[in-house]
Amino acid sequence: MKSLGSFRRKFAPWNDPEAKPYISFENVTKKFGDFTAVDDLSLTIYNREFFALLGASGCGKSTLLRMLAGFEEPTSGRILLDGQDLRGIPPYKRPVNMMFQSYALFPHMTVEGNIAFGLRQDGMPKNEIEARVAEMLKLVKLEQFAKRKPHQLSGGQRQRVALARCVAKRPKVLLLDEPLGALDKKLREETQFELMDLQMKLGLTFVVVTHDQEEAMTMADRIAVMDKGKVKQVATPAEVYEAPNSKFVADFIGNVNMFEGTVSTVVPGKVDINVPADKITIRTDATRDCSAGQPVGFAIRPEKIRLSRKEPADTSINAAHGELYDIAYFGDMTVFHVRLESGRIIKAASLNAVRTVDNPLGYDDMVWVNFDTDAGILLTA
Amino acid sequence: MNTTWSRFNIVSLVIGFAFLYLPIVLLVVFSFNESRLVTVWAGFSTKWYVSLFNNKSFIDAAWVTIRVGLISATVATILGTLGALALTRYTRFRGRMLFSAMIYAPLVMPEVITGLSLLLLFVAIGFDRGIWTVTLAHITFTMCFVAVVVQSRLVTFDRSLEEAAMDLGATPVTTFFKVTLPVILPAVVSGWMLAFTLSLDDLVISSFTSGPGATTLPMRIYSQVRLGVTPEINAACTILIAIVAVGVVIASVANKRREVQKARDEQAAARH
Amino acid sequence: MQKLIASVVSRLVISVPYLWMLIFFLIPFIIVFKISLSQVTMAIPPYTPTIDIWAGWQGFINSISQFSWDNYVFLGSDPLYVKAYISSVIIAGISTFLTLLVGYPIAYGMARAPATVRSTLLMLVILPFWTSFLIRVYAWIGILKPEGLLNQFLIWANVIDTPLNILNTNTAVLIGIVYSYLPFLVLPIYSTLEKMDYSLVEAAEDLGCPPITAFWKITFPLSLPGVVAGCFLVFIPAVGEFVIPDLLGGSETLMIGKTLWNEFSANRDWPLSSAVAVVLLALLVVPIVLFQRSEAKAQESEK
Repeated sequence: MKSLGSFRRKFAPWNDPEAKPYISFENVTKKFGDFTAVDDLSLTIYNREFFALLGASGCGKSTLLRMLAGFEEPTSGRILLDGQDLRGIPPYKRPVNMMFQSYALFPHMTVEGNIAFGLRQDGMPKNEIEARVAEMLKLVKLEQFAKRKPHQLSGGQRQRVALARCVAKRPKVLLLDEPLGALDKKLREETQFELMDLQMKLGLTFVVVTHDQEEAMTMADRIAVMDKGKVKQVATPAEVYEAPNSKFVADFIGNVNMFEGTVSTVVPGKVDINVPADKITIRTDATRDCSAGQPVGFAIRPEKIRLSRKEPADTSINAAHGELYDIAYFGDMTVFHVRLESGRIIKAASLNAVRTVDNPLGYDDMVWVNFDTDAGILLTA
Repeated sequence: MNTTWSRFNIVSLVIGFAFLYLPIVLLVVFSFNESRLVTVWAGFSTKWYVSLFNNKSFIDAAWVTIRVGLISATVATILGTLGALALTRYTRFRGRMLFSAMIYAPLVMPEVITGLSLLLLFVAIGFDRGIWTVTLAHITFTMCFVAVVVQSRLVTFDRSLEEAAMDLGATPVTTFFKVTLPVILPAVVSGWMLAFTLSLDDLVISSFTSGPGATTLPMRIYSQVRLGVTPEINAACTILIAIVAVGVVIASVANKRREVQKARDEQAAARH
Repeated sequence: MQKLIASVVSRLVISVPYLWMLIFFLIPFIIVFKISLSQVTMAIPPYTPTIDIWAGWQGFINSISQFSWDNYVFLGSDPLYVKAYISSVIIAGISTFLTLLVGYPIAYGMARAPATVRSTLLMLVILPFWTSFLIRVYAWIGILKPEGLLNQFLIWANVIDTPLNILNTNTAVLIGIVYSYLPFLVLPIYSTLEKMDYSLVEAAEDLGCPPITAFWKITFPLSLPGVVAGCFLVFIPAVGEFVIPDLLGGSETLMIGKTLWNEFSANRDWPLSSAVAVVLLALLVVPIVLFQRSEAKAQESEK
């Protein structure tokens, strides 16, 4: 399958068989009593990568991060950083630094004191500490707040202090636990880009944990989608969105219409799927091997679906008739809910590219739903 | 939250505080009484204070009390803080149930029992009773109060602060002294103050465990009271009340100002 | 190496206070129990047998064989002690109830006061607690005496014409306990009421509950943890109270703390006073355990 990944930049060491992994989790399992937080997980992350661990709460992503930081030891398996096995190395000796979800700024120290804390632990000479702190303050644009205490800062400023504090030690890897979780929506969008710029500028490896898929999609080079302690898919944001490898990933990322059916015929390059529940036949590109009679899933994103009042030329495949049931107007786009005769609701989105449309679709209109053979994804898992 | 006064609340607060404060106010007023009687006002005088300061037994007792208080409060604060750490940080160790029982029991244990049992311990091991036995006894019962005060702060302590310190390269011991201790310091300080006042006030445990030459001020006052009520005792009580009241008022005013300042800072920060 | 240091440190953190409490709290109780099985003698220390730790195992066995339950038999057969125990529990029970009657409205008034004055009110409740217990009890002597301030006031106000005899009665003891222990009850109730979400009461009133009913159906049940903790904090120490019955009570006042002190200091009967202490402790074990349970539960819910 062709990679859709390298569209953001030419950075793609995961496609290079020669590239050496920087961080590797090898069959890592972590149990808390009877509960398995991380289940026989293997994963590699490359130098200078912006890597996101994405999943719902309790999927094990934070545990993975805390094992890398050294706050938890794996029950079995090993973690390598730059070729070194991390087992038994306490957190204060690991060349990684973490930005905490709560920021964990020391309330009794000033901004300067917080940033200098890690440097002092390393026994760096005083003048060097001062220089480094000044540099960090400049980097996060907080020069005039050096003498303030954390409670005298706004949420966004605290976030930047936390960032400066963990970057100050020039760690090999920066771990970020829900770095934007405590910020409001507008600030979050701004900060996403700041974080990306910072990562490029410093040339560090970032591992970020988030439950927010938009955040992961915007910032990360690659995303690991996690569920119940396992990695479901590791891929670039575009791949995860356009070519999910399982129903779970397709459903988890973005909006999707999911159909369950069985393969009726396989012609070269194409597969026909019979969906008895909705009385439709779907023809799609054969992106995965399958044989007649096999139960499969089919996922299609709302924006890949066309709506029209006019009946399409061929109504036997990739077409269904229904009534317009709900219309949600978002400004930049509109989402339509079409109720098929089977009662099934299909979501279709269209971009509002022009300001006014003659005779726009309205409630209770009868419409045709159709899509191309390359619009959706065939799912066998 | 409603923030208006209802008539019922005002009446219950006024009566309640009158009940709490009237006896103390009367005691203070009559310490300035000219007459030997503490119940009939005969004009203003400070002569009882003068006679108090000339009473060597009172002055000696005051010194004993202060020495015992300072030493026992300091040791109790260290031990109590360790105890609080053990209770909150180490959730499973052998005998934890017994340990927490031993920390909580002295809070409500009748003082006669604690006093008697400590006395019998000192007799059994042949420890001569005196200022040191009183100090050991005071450490024992006040450290439990310190442990409870510090523990309630540790329960709400954000553990990620410690993790952040270790992540930045601080060893567990450095982390404790540079992050944990400074953050819980207000609770440790109020634990010390509580221990000091409890030691200053204690009568029953001191009476059991002290020996010749180690009479504390409450013991001294008590033996005087049993002989009869005199304005001199009122004067001694007034001085003690004044010391404690001034200390508590200063501490809480400082605390309040800090909180107001913090609230203002936070408001200002939110506007950025 | 680092791991080793960490484990040594954690062991120290636990063991230092642990050992201290073992030596100065638990072992003394064992000694009290042991001495309660001994006989009084005119010696120093005034009891026999004494366990000589240097006498070895045989010495230990010898002294064990001399132990007797005589003191307990005596306690059970002498109505003075039985009465003292019963009357202590009754006085503590009544005074706990009275303290609750006085304290609850104060706590309620504080919790519903404007937020700006709440911390000042809190300080005003705590302040008497920081001043000496003895002083606070002493202050009442001058008030309750036959020629004291209360009687002077009542005669002046023409309520009575002969002075009331309050000092040296059980009434005076009750007043003293209520007064001295009031902050112990007000504080826990205040902290539960202050944390309570007032919109619950508003919701109840919105659903048709008159304010008085809303109080009994919503506010009071939610404040129960504080009420229970406060009542234990008053009841348990009050049962063994010594200073208040000694200074304010009279000959009719029988309280076990005072009896223990008298046996110990006036009669110098250490074995008997130890037996009195053991029985008192046995009496208080149930409330103490209940108190610890409720404290542990409160801590769990705070986490």
